[in-house]
Amino acid sequence: MSVVDERLNALRGAAPRKPHNARTLAALAANPGCLRRTLLDAAGIDKGQIAQGLGVRISIGQMSSIAIARGKGFEAKVKADGCAELLRLLREHIGLPVAEVHYHDLNPADTDDRITSRLRRSRHALRVSAESNEPTGTLFDHPILQLTVNGVQVRIEPDLIAFKLGNQFFIVEVKSFAILDGTADSGKVAAAAQQSAVYVLAMREMLQTAGLDPDMVSDQVVLVCPKDFSNHPVAELLDVRKQLATLKRQLDRMESVESVLRLVPPDLSFDLRLDDAGRPTRDPQELAAAVFQVTARYSPECLGACELGGVCRSEASGMVPVLGRVVREDLGGIDSIKEAVELATGLREPDAGQQQASDLLRRAYGMREAALGAVR
Amino acid sequence: MTSPQERAEIKTAEILTAFTNGGRRGVVVDSPPGAGKSTLVGRIAAEIATAGDTVVVVAQTNAQVDDLVAKIATRLPGLIVGRLSRDGYLPPPTLLLPNVQVASRVDDLPDCRVVVGTAAKWAQVRSARTWPWAVVDEAYQMRSDLLLLIVPLFKQMLFVGDPGQLDPFSPIDGERWSGLPWDPMQSAVAVLLRNNPDIVPHELPVTWRLPASATRLVQTAFYPFSEFTPGTHDDERTIHVPTVGIRRTVADEVIDLAADTGWGFLELPHRNTLRTDAETVAATADVAVRLLQRGTETVCEHAPGGRRLTAARIAVGAAHRDQVAAITRALRARGEIADGIRVDTANRLQGAEFDITVILHPLSGRIDATPFHLTPGRLCVLASRHRHACIVVGRRGIPELLDAHPGTEPVHLKDFIKFPDGWEANQAVLAHLSNHRVSALH
Amino acid sequence: MTVLTSLAKALAAYSMGPQRLTVFRHQYISSKPIVIVPLTLAGETNAPLAAMVGSDRARPTLIVTRQPRERAERLQFAGRLASELLFPIEMAAQRTQPTGPGPNARMRVVDAPQIWVPNPAGIEFVRTLGRMTRLRQIEGPWAVPKKVRDLGIWLTWFAEQAEFADTGALIAATQALAAVWATGQSDLEDGNLAAQMAWLDPPEGMDVASAVSRAENPQLCPPAGPTTDPTFDRLFLEPALRDLASARTPAAHSAVHRRLTAMLEEQMRPTWELVWTAIDLLLEVTEAPRVPKRWEQQRDRFTSFHQYVANGGNPQAKRDSAGRSAHRLAELEQRMAAFEAQRAYDDPLVIADYRLTGEAFAGQVVDVDATRRVPGLRRSVLRPLVTVATSDQVHLDVDQHVYDPARNGQQAVITSVNETEDGWRIELELQNQMGGGQTAKPGSVPLLGEEVTYTSVTETFVRRRPWPTREETPWTHGGPPPDSTPVVEDAAEDWS
Repeated sequence: MSVVDERLNALRGAAPRKPHNARTLAALAANPGCLRRTLLDAAGIDKGQIAQGLGVRISIGQMSSIAIARGKGFEAKVKADGCAELLRLLREHIGLPVAEVHYHDLNPADTDDRITSRLRRSRHALRVSAESNEPTGTLFDHPILQLTVNGVQVRIEPDLIAFKLGNQFFIVEVKSFAILDGTADSGKVAAAAQQSAVYVLAMREMLQTAGLDPDMVSDQVVLVCPKDFSNHPVAELLDVRKQLATLKRQLDRMESVESVLRLVPPDLSFDLRLDDAGRPTRDPQELAAAVFQVTARYSPECLGACELGGVCRSEASGMVPVLGRVVREDLGGIDSIKEAVELATGLREPDAGQQQASDLLRRAYGMREAALGAVR
Repeated sequence: MTSPQERAEIKTAEILTAFTNGGRRGVVVDSPPGAGKSTLVGRIAAEIATAGDTVVVVAQTNAQVDDLVAKIATRLPGLIVGRLSRDGYLPPPTLLLPNVQVASRVDDLPDCRVVVGTAAKWAQVRSARTWPWAVVDEAYQMRSDLLLLIVPLFKQMLFVGDPGQLDPFSPIDGERWSGLPWDPMQSAVAVLLRNNPDIVPHELPVTWRLPASATRLVQTAFYPFSEFTPGTHDDERTIHVPTVGIRRTVADEVIDLAADTGWGFLELPHRNTLRTDAETVAATADVAVRLLQRGTETVCEHAPGGRRLTAARIAVGAAHRDQVAAITRALRARGEIADGIRVDTANRLQGAEFDITVILHPLSGRIDATPFHLTPGRLCVLASRHRHACIVVGRRGIPELLDAHPGTEPVHLKDFIKFPDGWEANQAVLAHLSNHRVSALH
Repeated sequence: MTVLTSLAKALAAYSMGPQRLTVFRHQYISSKPIVIVPLTLAGETNAPLAAMVGSDRARPTLIVTRQPRERAERLQFAGRLASELLFPIEMAAQRTQPTGPGPNARMRVVDAPQIWVPNPAGIEFVRTLGRMTRLRQIEGPWAVPKKVRDLGIWLTWFAEQAEFADTGALIAATQALAAVWATGQSDLEDGNLAAQMAWLDPPEGMDVASAVSRAENPQLCPPAGPTTDPTFDRLFLEPALRDLASARTPAAHSAVHRRLTAMLEEQMRPTWELVWTAIDLLLEVTEAPRVPKRWEQQRDRFTSFHQYVANGGNPQAKRDSAGRSAHRLAELEQRMAAFEAQRAYDDPLVIADYRLTGEAFAGQVVDVDATRRVPGLRRSVLRPLVTVATSDQVHLDVDQHVYDPARNGQQAVITSVNETEDGWRIELELQNQMGGGQTAKPGSVPLLGEEVTYTSVTETFVRRRPWPTREETPWTHGGPPPDSTPVVEDAAEDWS
């Protein structure tokens, strides 16, 4: 085990490692400048538990049970009868001339089917297919993929289907948000594109390891969603080239976890010290002190993207970043709200670096007072 | 091996044939910076006019129109060139030519073989007339909604433009049209190509403006799918700056570096600042003024014996108007030597050409990169205006800022995807600049 | 956002109290607003679950679907909502008055309906429900009652009006509040109506910090919708829906439905109250001078659209054609520019924003030549010169057109800009609004010593050729698209 791994394990303590999945990998793009998140994710620490240990409510990751049920129902419908609906879509909407296809079920055979053996099966099936020149299309349902993240092999178990036609693999991603008159929620499409990019990259890595051409995996992803207000699936091609580039650069950056580790004290630990009943016994104040040892890069967007959003918000209380990115930019590098107000109202003399921002704030405050004073 | 001149000539002839003999409704020409776009427009208009047909030229701004009218009228002394204008327009001295007519109604220009006007003006024309030929200049700067209005006026259209420059702008959130093949927020050429996939753009092969030292970078960073070459060799374009003795400043250092290599990056210490950061503004102005104070000379194919760099051949570029105002003031404070230096935003520098440019890096001192900053066209315009050298001024920390930029922009189905990505283009330029860095440690 | 807004946010966070962003309210508020608080079923595409609707704060109408997963029940829901909304629309349309004296006067409604929803997602609900219902057929197979289709046409109209910067037809409460007040939290947090209102109107005896903390707990303050709280879904809604599906007798069914109705009312009621309180707070802010004129234009738009519907006009297409999109973009831009200019002319805090960015300046008149004339086309014209001394950082150049908000946007051209020791001296040539006489009409030329403001911000009006109809779409934009009038297939559109 490398020194880095040892340190990361020490940070996590006794808690089981929370592995990356496509969703967490895609989320790397949300705030790549945040050292706190980078480190906790690299160490496989459950950030939700940390937040709970600190007594802060988590607002993300909660999905309505009703929505989950509907999503499952939709996916089942798409895959029913050997993916009959999906094949219809691939023929009609994507213009793929699929006459007849093979269906390769890589779902777990039973509850005892271990992920390692599934991975082996998936890898074998995809490799055999990649090497064959058979013109018939093949669907791979639920393959297990693997991606190297920060030197560690991360297994990804996507709810997806890979489709091979000629010598091209396409990732098929089934989502339950609607495509209404050809448009869909741009945030949800973006999330789907980011996740798909993880799958594309993982599959490319798999082919490359097997000595095959990684470009066999298309950067055009097939997105399958319900059409309009119905439960009927409709498909759309999604170009994920940009997401792939983003993901690649995030993964490159993650190699630098080592340099982040250099910035934190050697005895730092985020161990919650769970008791036998799984309750954390660590003193919240002590835990908070440990968390705050690693710098965060908070912005309000974190509240919707990271389990620690609420933690970092209360830490940043009184600081300009809690007001939003634009405000921070407008205030010209002044970090504290109190300082900004005191500079604006003339209660404080600016430092050397604050003169310009201070002049602007004072002018703005003067105009504000004049305008409001006239009607007061 | 053909010479750049020959290659450009072959391409021009090919375009002319495709347009006038190809029987196509639309022909598109992509032009990298300084590849002779307006020369091509002028030449094609002149050839059609000389052959006896009437041709319309559409440009995007009044300055572009004036420029084209002067060029075409000089080229065609025997024919009358019309300048379609707004009411109350006063032609600049360059247009006071015997064969130029000015009118605000196209029906008042019946004898003109060439009529030039802005797209906005053509979009107002309510004439029963149509014209057989139209050449649209700077077509990537035109919004597709304007194109919708002018298309019915013309039978065959040639679109010439630079795909790497800034996209047209609207303050409106155009989400409701996202993915539509006629999205009115997109450029005229983007919509035209999406709806007519059979049109394959021609590409001008030679940049006459960019020196060899800039061509590769600009091409890889901003035109990843194009292949163009510089019209000159490395040693055809040189800069001589008399050496300074004692008290050599960082401005001098970065000037010397840029004189040698074509690029210089004056890096100030890291700090988060207002956009109009006084130190960066001062450093930018200093570099521009020092270029003149030191008696810089440029040598090029037009002046093989060298010529003195004048203020008019220098541009200072920035992203925002308040930065432009601050730099203008800083230059004014440095005395009359700076009179005549063009200071402007990327938007307004589009299409212009200078010998040396000094740029305030759009991300200098920022905390976050925004889509505004990351629009590749903005940096592309700033980094491709020069014939000799480009000096960038900015604070330390820009690569870190780009690394921290969230990659979570919304994605629309069937959207117009444009390459390169602004993030990657910015990184490519910074990687290049890191080898041309002079640190100012205050 | 601007420096003034950012400063106001900092001041709000520092003082733990809201800060004004504008001196006036630029939003018209109807004397009889209609409030809609909608809820949808998670996971579906805009499947209506319930709505609280009405113009009477004390007596909202409660509409709850009997089974949100069933198409027929969704139609029922739309029908009941139609009854609530089409009536005030029709009432408003009946009361008209001429636009002026004289024979060319048109008719204009005396007042137009105005709908309030809690947040932008509520506007999205209105838009999508409109899309769901407007393309139905009212006879033949799959027919729906006419009022359902009419509701769709009207909801679509309201949602489209809400895209305009100056809208007064359909308003999201969070946005209307954010236009007037800065809170000490980010825009993102202001998107939660309860959290925003915690700053503006904390519960009696509670400080802002505690009020915000309470507002962010969905168990204490249910979300303003239309999406429901996942915990509510799991603990209450899902079991109730299950019971509803398995109820064997009408009596059992109505018992479950009563339970469902009660729990949904509990989820909507707090938001309903918050929207009304928001309206009350906004009513207390003085209306800006140019608001009535804008509302008059909105009444015209309502009048003419009502005419269109009454004449059997087709429902709006699924997506805009090329000409329609260009036309709409032009209108969006024109109305936005007009609204921005009018706000700046009306409001000293708004114009201050432009002064800070160098697009406006305020100062004192230090020199006037009120009788100056210059040669014109036929005869000489009056072009007074005014010199203003200002300490604002001006970024305007010579030849730039500027406008005087105090003189109804009187136009001037900058003829020179000179930096002085303590600011700038700007010389202007006045262009219009001075009367037709030999000398300027009184008050039309600023006097020596007068405090004046000029800005480059102005309303724009561009004259253009007409936009092409669908049939006229040129080859560059794909040529005429296939026919888009609703077909039976649309009416048969599946809903679950």
